[in-house]
Amino acid sequence: MSTQLTPILTKTWDEPQSWTLATYERYDGYQALKKAVTMPPADLVQMAKDSGMRGRGGAGFPTGMKWGFLPAPDGGPRYLVVNADESEPGTCKDIPLMMASPQLLIEGMVITSFAIGCNHAFIYLRGEVVHVYRRLLRAVEEAYAAGYLGKNILGSGFDLDITVHAGAGAYICGEETALLDSLEGRRGQPRLKPPFPAVAGLYARPTVVNNVESIASIPPMLLHGAKWFAEMGTEKSTGFGIFSLSGHVARPGQYEAPLGITLRELLEMAGGMRDPSKKLKFWTPGGSSTPMFTDQHLDVPLDFESVAAAGSMLGTRALQIFDETVSVVRAVSRWTDFYAHESCGKCTPCREGTFWLKQIMARLELGQGTKDDIDKLLDICDNIYFRAFCPLGDGATSCITSAVQYFREEFEAGMTTPAAELFPPAASTLFAKETVSA
Amino acid sequence: MISTDGSPNYGVVPSSDTDAYSADVLTSLRADAAEVIARYPQARSALLPLLHLVQSVDGFVSPRGIELCADLLGLTGAEVSGVATFYSQYKRHPNGKYTIGVCTNTLCAIMGGDEIWDFVSAHLGIGHDETTADGLVTLERIECNAACDYAPVVMANWEFFDNQTPQSTRQLVDDLRSGLSVTPTRGASKVCSFKEVSRVLAGFHDGLADEGVGAGPASLEGFKVARAQSATKTPAAKEATAAPRTKAAPAAKAAPKTKAAPAADTAPTTDTLFDPPKGAGKAKKK
Repeated sequence: MSTQLTPILTKTWDEPQSWTLATYERYDGYQALKKAVTMPPADLVQMAKDSGMRGRGGAGFPTGMKWGFLPAPDGGPRYLVVNADESEPGTCKDIPLMMASPQLLIEGMVITSFAIGCNHAFIYLRGEVVHVYRRLLRAVEEAYAAGYLGKNILGSGFDLDITVHAGAGAYICGEETALLDSLEGRRGQPRLKPPFPAVAGLYARPTVVNNVESIASIPPMLLHGAKWFAEMGTEKSTGFGIFSLSGHVARPGQYEAPLGITLRELLEMAGGMRDPSKKLKFWTPGGSSTPMFTDQHLDVPLDFESVAAAGSMLGTRALQIFDETVSVVRAVSRWTDFYAHESCGKCTPCREGTFWLKQIMARLELGQGTKDDIDKLLDICDNIYFRAFCPLGDGATSCITSAVQYFREEFEAGMTTPAAELFPPAASTLFAKETVSA
Repeated sequence: MISTDGSPNYGVVPSSDTDAYSADVLTSLRADAAEVIARYPQARSALLPLLHLVQSVDGFVSPRGIELCADLLGLTGAEVSGVATFYSQYKRHPNGKYTIGVCTNTLCAIMGGDEIWDFVSAHLGIGHDETTADGLVTLERIECNAACDYAPVVMANWEFFDNQTPQSTRQLVDDLRSGLSVTPTRGASKVCSFKEVSRVLAGFHDGLADEGVGAGPASLEGFKVARAQSATKTPAAKEATAAPRTKAAPAAKAAPKTKAAPAADTAPTTDTLFDPPKGAGKAKKK
């Protein structure tokens, strides 16, 4: 009973010029928009609600509900901001989507803007992917030329401009209020909520912030209906999503599937472990900020509820797979470096906490930990978790607390033995058999 | 920090040349800046692209560039500098012609990024955020660049070089330093200079969007599996997926026993773009 993959967003990716408007239109691109402009906007919001789609950017907030939170129009501007700052370690779905099929995102944005009464929408793209930025700029140019953007779109009287904005390297800008501050030309630091962006977002105006994949899912949803969407996936985690497999699997890549598929199924599709003689040791269900899983969790359905019930989060479906050659202490130590580097510094628990976590993880990795270090780690995590300004701090603790839970003995070994001695790094590399000589 | 000539030093280490822009450079910068500012409802939103624009001229966020941004947006130099120093792509000292970023976040590091870093750093004789004496290569340890399925990943001026090895990355930097044209795995047909790329990041399209692939091999792995899955399904469903540009809709309607019937009811067109394999996802329904 293997689950069938659902290439919907990924359907055109193998076309020779998949990113062009011509290719997109050959696959009935912009048919959904033509339908949308004949509908009352409220019906589109209702469709998103009926579909049950939960946001695809990690937090999983229901997309239609987010749209519905906007206050009634007051004559002033309302904004749609697409969060394309994909930076969560392990997450690599939005970047290939925008590289291969940027028009899908643009069409989704036009429909969404029409639904929420927005006349100026933004894509906030991380700055470290220049070719994706080119593709988006070009897609917007083509959409303007074809009359899908600009004034009086398809004769509907609806106007929309899209600005594609490049960030400049800051993980925190993936947090929606930090993203808005950054888009306003400030340091990307999160805002206190409430007010939520729906009430006071960009320029303190009502704003919807949605992930790339969420918005790209709107055109197919509109063409086929909310019911079609909700028929896929599970009862509460409806629809399809891109699952990103990376690490020690035979065929890492993007696998678009109904929510609720399991890692066991995905691994089978991906050809199993990279080296079949090596066992799966640990993996992340949704990026480094989600508590890790082990080989006990191969059959957990990858939907929001089941993953949460098993003690983690579905996140961005970023499945980073590590085999038994890998030191969990080394892996966690490096993630901790990342969080310390990316902590924006605004709130004390995260700024100070990640700084200290990093010191402790570093000495454990070197085999120089002290006997109190595990308790100290957990204590610091306890002082960050739910006390930080935004979820970055929570994310920093997840890999540590889950790793201690499943692999405490490796942390204990870190008091005496370097991780590199227990788990020689060379054995884990892609080119493990290749000779490296300086 | 005070620079030797007494001009303001906005965190640039060491203090760098702050000669005023020549008249024609300033004219073109101001014209470009006006275009950037016009994209936004409020001028300050233009600050990030303007800082990319400064880098496209100066190769880093120069003190004179900071002052220009401040002047354009009605901010203080300190305010602009406070923003510039927050983001890792803004360089506080002159950058090399090529930024080589080796991903050493966990997954890439474990897949070989650490070995690549050690090898290339030793080969070039420089560390993080340092530049070779010929001014050509700046080396960086970078965080996850959203290409984990191609690990280990190296970025050259923010173009993807997938599935790298120590040797391939050494070749990459050697070729760049020799002035050879180098082609990214997924990107434009050649790696542009840091200044050229900075101009693109300021929102000025360089016309190279149509170069390169749409998707690399890893991006298509799931698609290939799905095609194989649909090939083993009912003939009708098979036709629906195998003949995407033709009469898929009749085929879909001819297969009413599959569980996709609700979709067929509501599908208004002959669309196949969004037509998943029939019966997708049913097994998991709770």
